[in-house]
Amino acid sequence: MYPREFDYVAPSSLDEALEALGDDSKVMAGGMSLLPLMKMRLFSPAVVVDIGRIGGLDTIEESNGDIVIGALVRHATTATSPLVAQVATGLATAASLTGDVQVRNRGTTCGSLAHADVAADQPAAALALGATMVAQSSEGTREIAASDFFVDALTSALQPNEILTSIRVPKHQAGEGSAYDKLGRRGGRSDYAIAGAAAWVKMEGGSVADARVALTGVGTKASLANAVADAVIGTDGSEQAVKDAAARATEDVTIIEDLYGTEEYKTHLAKVYAARALSQAIANAS
Amino acid sequence: MATTSVMGGAVKRREDPALIKGYGSFVDDMTPTRVAHVAFLRSPIARAKITKLDTSAAKETEGVVAVYTHDDVSHLGPLLAQVPIGKLRPLLADGEVNHVGEAIAMVVAENRYAAQDAVDAIDVDYDVMTPVIDLKKAKSDEIKVHDELESNVLHTWTYHGYWDALGLEDQTAEVDAAMERDDAVVVSLEMTNQRLIPVAIEPRSVIADWNPGYGSFTIHSSTQVPHALGGAVSKMFGLKSTDVRVIAPEVGGGFGCKLNVYNDEILVAFASQALGRPVKWTETRREAAGATIHGRGWIGTATLVGTKDGEFLGYKLEAIADMGAYTQNFTVAIPLLGLWIASGQYKMPVSWTVDCVVTNTMTTDAYRGAGRPEAIYYLERVIDAYAREIGMDPLDVRVKNFWQPDEFPATMGCGFALDSGDYEGAVEKLKAEAGYEDLLQKREEARAEGRHVGIGIGSYVEVCGFGPAVLAEIGFSWANYGLPASFNGSGIVRVNPDATVTVVIGTGPTGQGHQTTWAQIVGDGLGIPVEDIKVLHGDTREHPMGIGTFGSRSLSVDGAATFEATKKVREKAARIAAHILEASADDIVFEDGGAHVAGSPDKRAEWAQIAKAAYQAHTSPEDLDSGLEAHTTFSPGNATWPFGTHLALVEVDSDTGDVKILDYYAVDDCGNVVSPMIVNGQVHGGIAQGIGQALFEDAVYDEAGNMLTGSLLDYPLPTAADLPSLHLSHTVTPTDVNPMGVKGIGEAGTIGSAHTIVNAVVDALSPLGVKHIDMPLRPKRVWAAIQEASN
Amino acid sequence: MTVNGQEVTADVEPRTLLVHFLRENLRLTGTHVGCETGYCGACTIHVDGQPVKSCTMLAAQADGASVTTIEGLAQNGELHPVQEGFWERHGLQCGFCTPGMIMSAAALLAENDNPSEDQIRHGIEGNLCRCTGYHNIVRAVEYAGAKVRGEEPPAPDWEGAS
Repeated sequence: MYPREFDYVAPSSLDEALEALGDDSKVMAGGMSLLPLMKMRLFSPAVVVDIGRIGGLDTIEESNGDIVIGALVRHATTATSPLVAQVATGLATAASLTGDVQVRNRGTTCGSLAHADVAADQPAAALALGATMVAQSSEGTREIAASDFFVDALTSALQPNEILTSIRVPKHQAGEGSAYDKLGRRGGRSDYAIAGAAAWVKMEGGSVADARVALTGVGTKASLANAVADAVIGTDGSEQAVKDAAARATEDVTIIEDLYGTEEYKTHLAKVYAARALSQAIANAS
Repeated sequence: MATTSVMGGAVKRREDPALIKGYGSFVDDMTPTRVAHVAFLRSPIARAKITKLDTSAAKETEGVVAVYTHDDVSHLGPLLAQVPIGKLRPLLADGEVNHVGEAIAMVVAENRYAAQDAVDAIDVDYDVMTPVIDLKKAKSDEIKVHDELESNVLHTWTYHGYWDALGLEDQTAEVDAAMERDDAVVVSLEMTNQRLIPVAIEPRSVIADWNPGYGSFTIHSSTQVPHALGGAVSKMFGLKSTDVRVIAPEVGGGFGCKLNVYNDEILVAFASQALGRPVKWTETRREAAGATIHGRGWIGTATLVGTKDGEFLGYKLEAIADMGAYTQNFTVAIPLLGLWIASGQYKMPVSWTVDCVVTNTMTTDAYRGAGRPEAIYYLERVIDAYAREIGMDPLDVRVKNFWQPDEFPATMGCGFALDSGDYEGAVEKLKAEAGYEDLLQKREEARAEGRHVGIGIGSYVEVCGFGPAVLAEIGFSWANYGLPASFNGSGIVRVNPDATVTVVIGTGPTGQGHQTTWAQIVGDGLGIPVEDIKVLHGDTREHPMGIGTFGSRSLSVDGAATFEATKKVREKAARIAAHILEASADDIVFEDGGAHVAGSPDKRAEWAQIAKAAYQAHTSPEDLDSGLEAHTTFSPGNATWPFGTHLALVEVDSDTGDVKILDYYAVDDCGNVVSPMIVNGQVHGGIAQGIGQALFEDAVYDEAGNMLTGSLLDYPLPTAADLPSLHLSHTVTPTDVNPMGVKGIGEAGTIGSAHTIVNAVVDALSPLGVKHIDMPLRPKRVWAAIQEASN
Repeated sequence: MTVNGQEVTADVEPRTLLVHFLRENLRLTGTHVGCETGYCGACTIHVDGQPVKSCTMLAAQADGASVTTIEGLAQNGELHPVQEGFWERHGLQCGFCTPGMIMSAAALLAENDNPSEDQIRHGIEGNLCRCTGYHNIVRAVEYAGAKVRGEEPPAPDWEGAS
């Protein structure tokens, strides 16, 4: 309940923030992931760089066929933005199922991605929607594909001197749709995901022209289930086609057992939710 | 809503204005001048010898006032326990630790952050030993938890042998013989009633303030039992009761976890005395998971034998109950509360054996229901399985075996008598309220659509109102804390000179609304508006002898005492009124805020006149002592036995194992009702905790004794989004055990609900062949049960 | 920062949590601490009009913000409709979770004065109550919603209620 001592920096510009980063520092946006760990003294950085006062990071903008979600955009904003709901549906759903009202009011989409919790919602959506992470350091800007971003439990590709300043999510074009669904730890869609899946599809002439499916909650990180996507592409997206494809959900994933699920169960759920997300994405695409 | 004092009326709570405005005063809200703060070093290891404990660096940490270890406090002895069977808890670890969370050292510092920093600076080494976690292994004595104890099995409760003086007959042979009958249907289920963490939302908190000038303690603690704490402190520190004042202010939920005298309370008092300044400790949520008592924790096999047409022939339970590492307040006595209701609402022979074993885990003790939810769970689950086996409606099979209304008081094989009941009446009401026939139809329609919908029935009878003096002989008293040896109720009613009323009661409420209910009782008896009645509780200086609030005892024991005290005050007031009105006391009637002579409403004395007269000798009758108050104790001849039947409608997603509660109906009978509003509130909360056990909650230790569910992240509680609205109704079967005819309702909802949910889920999945799933029915278990049944 | 309409300034250690600042520096003890992980919601306050958990925020993060705690909810001595609803519909027992619960419910009604039962239940999902089973809390919020809309609140559902 009582964090260890640390130095607190709350710069008003990105440059100052980047300057303040060091080997034992941590970037904080909303603090929803970081502060509980610090309160339990499970994690105690020497410096906390609060980026909450940097202007211009709290917007959702459209740019060249992408939407750009800034580092300080709260879950609540991502969840309720009509634009995100329309052109990045699965991400809006994932944000709306993150935490509770209070958490969504403080926590940020980028923060959740950077935290890389194995059971968080939005990483799966970012993967399925083909998001690109924009990381800045004092040396410049680096773009990281979502598929390269989630490295391990609570570990992203961000370097200690980098800040995830925004993500770019390709807007759904005609015939495209996405979805996210999960089973929460308290049942239904409540709480962290026991298993969750996001899916994105592109429909052309009544068949699946392209697809991405990503899983969360079942492994050491959110990850793409490429075998499912490969299997569903070219099919008519029927219930049976989706089910057959989803049966391959765990071919690319190492399933990890926890208090909420055995390996066998999580393997099964991965398939169930891959199918549910995929079916919904296909429905949303038309 | 009218603000009247009428019994049975819904009076808005007197407690609420402060609480809804943010001005309630909980212990942690208080910051006395010069207060120092405590943090504990707690064991991260389940079982180990402490090979090194160096506090020198901690003592040098900025802001640290003192660091204490076992040697500093050993003169106080171990923590007192009311039922001291087993090893008592050392105040601080004595060279060894026996569960994760055990207190090893106490840091006192100028603020909480500094105290925690110093805890980090304590250097400690452990020689890790193999812990005993599994209950069957514990019972085998393969490894003993405490060398000095003969066995890990501290005690074995049996149905006939729990109290030698009763000379009860062992019914085991009868039950065994029934199983051999040609027409016998024998159904057995091996089941776990898992360990739970109570999680009162207010963490426990204590402030001790030793006044070196007066040589006295003032202790504020979030406790359900302030007098027991006061008694323990007096005894352990060698002080008179008048030099130890314990106050339980607003207490933010208890559910039994604050029904203990804790080592941290004693330690904080010690530190305050040693340092001559107020000292405060508030537990963190992780400490609450490791060092505040847990509940339940049973494994066992329940067997029901009956005929093919639904007649029960006998019931057998063989179980092991987890006591944890150290014995605290009631620990070993908890299963006994279940024993008394082992046969539920049914007339049949019982064989019941529960072994109480020590393990390297946190102590278990009373958690809402305490022994009774466990006992009823085993019984009602196996009844459900039996009904399914013989193809009989689960309500019909219950009704067929109920004690009948004309059989009360009904003496059971455990020696106790059920006071009153109309069990079938509650079932009939439930059927009507829930539309049972329609629900059955709805279930069949859903099944035809391939949906997994189930109806669960759960009956219960419980035992509460722990006040009978006879129970003191088997430990139900605060004798070991130096208080009188029985759980009598008591109430002090005093009409003040300005005709306001002060009521002082010995309870320790944690949200049950005693200030309101007691104002209704007294207001009704005196004809004084509840607004003019102030109810005080939780302060040992105001009341010489309080028992506290637990076991749904407050209303039926202390309420009854207050009811009697009110009568005495009214009788005295009648004599004063008669004196004023020059009439006979027998003719005085109290009505509309005053007294008048029967038949002559104009011959009237207002309460203001009566009260004033009572305090001035020249205006009161010569032969009457001045003042207008009474203190009455009440010792009931029996406990009370509330009952009811619940029904849950659930749907299971067979693809994921996810359970959704579609609807929930409950009919509860707690005898007469003072406040239907508060009674419903108690049932709502009780059911939510039963549903919590059924679906969500599980205190998990791994094989190494690590606590895997130490935060609310891993110990999920039901939220508003997880529960349905609840349909409650009541039947009223008064008891003659107390003059108000009331029973108790604090635990009924919990005792009635967990098995109702499990019965419903098993019903939903019975077409797939599922017979049982252990709680909590998390999706993974439900899904696994479906897989197992289909393979 | 501004707390309940009053400007407050203080120097605190960086690690001071907002809830500790409110409770210990300002002695506004209506905001409670019930857990460590941001799960229980007893510490819920409004920061710039939005409900947030003050135990999962540094005091420094609230620099310059407008904070409302339970003590600041009633205006001119008049209970907020949600406070009134909790009293009228027995929405509290021990009262420990109540301030946070009321702050969440008030924020919910500020956005939508006619929420469905499901919306109410999800709106207070971030606030744990161990006493009430939430049943009467939902009724209390329904009562408050009716009050806000200027309608007659639904009758209480306990037996004998009028």
